[in-house]
Amino acid sequence: MHSFGYRANALFTFAVTILAFICAIASFTDTLNSPSPTVEVKVLNINWFQKQPNGNDEVSLTLNISTDLQTLFTWNTKQVFVFLTAEYVTPKHALNQISLWDGIIQSKEHSKFTITTSNKYRFIDQGSNLRGREFNFTLHWHVMPKTGKMFANKIVLPGYRLPEEYR
Amino acid sequence: MGMIGETVDSIKSLQIRQVLTQAVSLGMIVTSALIIWKALMCITGSESPVVVVLSGSMEPGFKRGDILFLHMSKEPIRAGEIVVFNVDGREIPIVHRVIKVHERGDNGEVDVLTKGDNNYGDDRLLYAHGQLWLQRHHIMGRAVGFLPYVGWVTIIMTEKPIIKYILIGALGLLVITSKE
Repeated sequence: MHSFGYRANALFTFAVTILAFICAIASFTDTLNSPSPTVEVKVLNINWFQKQPNGNDEVSLTLNISTDLQTLFTWNTKQVFVFLTAEYVTPKHALNQISLWDGIIQSKEHSKFTITTSNKYRFIDQGSNLRGREFNFTLHWHVMPKTGKMFANKIVLPGYRLPEEYR
Repeated sequence: MGMIGETVDSIKSLQIRQVLTQAVSLGMIVTSALIIWKALMCITGSESPVVVVLSGSMEPGFKRGDILFLHMSKEPIRAGEIVVFNVDGREIPIVHRVIKVHERGDNGEVDVLTKGDNNYGDDRLLYAHGQLWLQRHHIMGRAVGFLPYVGWVTIIMTEKPIIKYILIGALGLLVITSKE
């Protein structure tokens, strides 16, 4: 009845249960945090804007992004994945989301910054719909906890427009 | 020596009725595990509700050996979500992040492009030859939560099958020799 095997088994089961319980609590404490990040995006330059030989429009931008994500960090935060998309509607597509820049932030100290960058991923439309197209920048963040449930949210910055002519 | 002796004795002293009881309880354990797995499949709507991360392409977010919980809902796929997808001609599913989405207005069909956080370029090189986009049917689910390290058990067992057999043997012996 009280053999070594039984005791080891009971101890192991108890340890795993407690660990799972603590993980669940740690994940729950994240819901008590109500973050309020801020972001500002400026288009400094349109480097070039043209139609590819296959008929898709492509544009290259230089962006200035300044953001403050410090309130996203809690004790259970492993990293914040932050990225900026251009989002727009075309006659054929109800939604187009193009990632232009992303970053992985692993500590609160590095979560307030300003950078100037050209788009990291190519801004290509599926078709030729970018001339004069209205679009918005959306800053998304995905919080990866040390353990438990992941969180995501976004800020939409509307009212940007691409030029009417290729250049 | 004592433990081995006891084990041998308990095997010798087995009776039919006892063997049957143990076989039934073993069957109960196996079937309840199966029931839990199938129930999870129903709840999450994903054909594999739990996956183990096998590569470092999503580091530092997900490391090799982390366990991911998947969920497959009707909600549309959006940029930034971490999806698990199958590519035609590849056996092992891939866990990567969506970076581009083009959703059709008329029928809601989506074209998505993925990339591993730790990879330099997007995933077009991993897709089937000539494939530029993933469609809805390639995607098995999206990651909603995770548990670190637990997946190492499976990785070790797949890579060193001998450990798996030792473990199964030991458990089997324990079931046979245990008296309740």
